[in-house]
Amino acid sequence: MALLITGALIVISHPRFYWGEVGNVNTKPLFVIPIPSSRDTVPTSFGYVMPDENGWSRYLHFEAAWVCVLTALVYGIYGVVSGHFRKNLVPDRHDLNWRAYGERIAQYLRRRPPDRTEETSYNVLQRTAYLVVIFVLFPLVIWTGLAMSPAFTASFPLTVELLGGRQSARTIHFLVSWLLLFFLIAHLTMVAVSGFRSRMRGMITGTVKSSGEDP
Amino acid sequence: MNEITRRKLISGGVAAAAGVAGLGAADRIAKRYGLIPPDSGGIYGPGETLTYACQRVLNVTRPAREFPPSMISRNPFANEIAPPTAAFKQLQAGGFRDWRLVVDGTVAHPLVLSLADLKAMPVRSQITEVACEEGWSYVAEWIGTPLSNVLREAGVLPQTRYIVYHAFEKNLWGSIDMADAWDEHTLLTMGMNDGDLPVPFGGPLRMRLPRQLGYKSLKFVTHITATDDIRKFGKGLGSVDPEYGYSWYAGI
Repeated sequence: MALLITGALIVISHPRFYWGEVGNVNTKPLFVIPIPSSRDTVPTSFGYVMPDENGWSRYLHFEAAWVCVLTALVYGIYGVVSGHFRKNLVPDRHDLNWRAYGERIAQYLRRRPPDRTEETSYNVLQRTAYLVVIFVLFPLVIWTGLAMSPAFTASFPLTVELLGGRQSARTIHFLVSWLLLFFLIAHLTMVAVSGFRSRMRGMITGTVKSSGEDP
Repeated sequence: MNEITRRKLISGGVAAAAGVAGLGAADRIAKRYGLIPPDSGGIYGPGETLTYACQRVLNVTRPAREFPPSMISRNPFANEIAPPTAAFKQLQAGGFRDWRLVVDGTVAHPLVLSLADLKAMPVRSQITEVACEEGWSYVAEWIGTPLSNVLREAGVLPQTRYIVYHAFEKNLWGSIDMADAWDEHTLLTMGMNDGDLPVPFGGPLRMRLPRQLGYKSLKFVTHITATDDIRKFGKGLGSVDPEYGYSWYAGI
């Protein structure tokens, strides 16, 4: 959350996005977010300038990024060693076909309640979503973040060259943040729909009571 | 039950002691190798220190990315500068012939250099990107004399830990550690894209640090001070930027 909020505040100082290595107010943007800016040098359709929140936002963004990366490291090592990824997240082989996905989507659309096995296990749609978030979106957002660091790219130039340049990295970073926000919203909605108290208890203590016992 | 609790207590105690000792050792090592930035206090200190320490462990000598001439931005964005003072306008009218760079502090031979003196030193040019903390960037060719030339001529004393640099307006200043100061890509820049460095881009003299964000590349440099104690400057945070809430180290 800290990363999303401070990230948004930083974007306000230059709500224009570009593709390639360079981009500034004198170059053609890829797209522009129609919001006022916190800098009077950025042309917007608004007649006022927002307050500058970049200083503390950047300090907090990078500190929160450290917490995120270090936590992810612990989680990643634990997930591999304990077999959590293999057992609970990689979809079962018999689920790896379009029909299994189609049936799950249909189940959600018809708002049919899940059967008892889902209280202790993830279905194929959930597994796919978690795998994409853990192994695609998070690594990508960290990579594109590092690719904007002038010191890091001095050490590892390929990290930004593979992405097509500094401004491309910034644009991808921005778009992936939206995908992560969508996941967060969907995830929290699902948790709320399926019973907030029992799910939170499950996440924190690791045990789930069957629905019969749930008060 | 009792046994387990005691064992847990002992192992927990040992782990805690090891943790404290480890932190203490890490702190000593970090200080010894210069891995702690001047703005390491406060709630953002741990993140800032981790970033700076990692960058210093990863890289002291590798230069910033350089680009082919074809990638030089045709319309670079100069960003805003404060309206020039009367004193600055007077120097500008004289073609900056009377512009002086003062070098003092922990040096054997304090210097006062004109732009001609600086141009008489070995000059280099490099095509690097200016990246602003706001997100925008451009590529330009920068021509100047490496700061290291000036430091060598002044005879920087071994206890020096930071190089402080001031702008024409004395309330604007920054500092860099010795790794950046000795780096030959840290340029006292006088030219841009085959011409004199224009005033909006920091002319006649700009400190260029291509491995850090644009705000470390101070415009209108007039004064360089070598020091062994950065706390004596301003509020002791290493530059004017942390006083406004921006981090001292801008390599991210």
